[in-house]
Amino acid sequence: MSFIYKTWWKVLVVVTIIYTLFAGLMFGVPRLAILHETIRNLYFHVPMWMAMLTVFVISVIFSIRYLATGKEEYDLIAVECVNTGMLFYALGLVTGMIWAKFAWGAYWSGDPKQNSAAIAFLLYCAYLVLRNSIDEEQKRAKISAIYNIFAFPIMIVLIFILPRMTDSLHPGNGGNPGFNKYDLDSRMRVVVYPAFLAWSFLAIWIASLRYRIRLIEYKRNELN
Amino acid sequence: MKKILVLASLLLMYFGAFAQPGQDVEMADALRASGKIYVVIAIIVVIFVGLAIFLFSIDRRLKKLEKEK
Repeated sequence: MSFIYKTWWKVLVVVTIIYTLFAGLMFGVPRLAILHETIRNLYFHVPMWMAMLTVFVISVIFSIRYLATGKEEYDLIAVECVNTGMLFYALGLVTGMIWAKFAWGAYWSGDPKQNSAAIAFLLYCAYLVLRNSIDEEQKRAKISAIYNIFAFPIMIVLIFILPRMTDSLHPGNGGNPGFNKYDLDSRMRVVVYPAFLAWSFLAIWIASLRYRIRLIEYKRNELN
Repeated sequence: MKKILVLASLLLMYFGAFAQPGQDVEMADALRASGKIYVVIAIIVVIFVGLAIFLFSIDRRLKKLEKEK
């Protein structure tokens, strides 16, 4: 856990993201009709989802650990990871909508990918509402941990599996993950993979800050 | 610090990849050739650096609070 108090990886995250901001706009990309320069959104839109996934996975891990140990801190980590994940979720949806406007012709075209992403968003909204509706601390932690553990696989199925089993405008449908259509060549790989990592760790950083604030609040409440 | 330097040098190694085959699809070549894309990058980077500094300052204040305990 002392990892979240270290500074070196945060510097690394910032440097890497600055690199992707520069490289994402300057490096060569495949010339594709319809997409044109918007293919560069791949460097910014997709990392939002990777960041969201990373913190949601951590959230599930700590929900399980909470149920195993009953340590209140683990519950705080789980909820702050979901809070941070929701930020990146919203950013992913909005950037996707803007991209869709210029690639598919409308902000929202009722595409399976969009619809199930919206449903999964509500699924996680329900998690936060559920938490806030229970006053008793241990009960709240336990119920929301169980909900979180079940919500995660449903979110995965909704966003990453169901749209791929049907016809969708979004790339990666027909069983293949993401990039086959855009033939992510080596010029794009050197930007997109660092971007995935860096944005994921940025999400972890933000979640850890929120967790530390919540921990202080929690300890203060305990004393009173 | 060593890790950061290693990363920075690794990143710099990619700067050679600029080859662009197939000139028939419309891209923002003129924009890039005029050099003005750097202005956009500069602005994005300034915004992101601002956010990063903000995050670091939150981090520092939290560390102070945690030490008080």
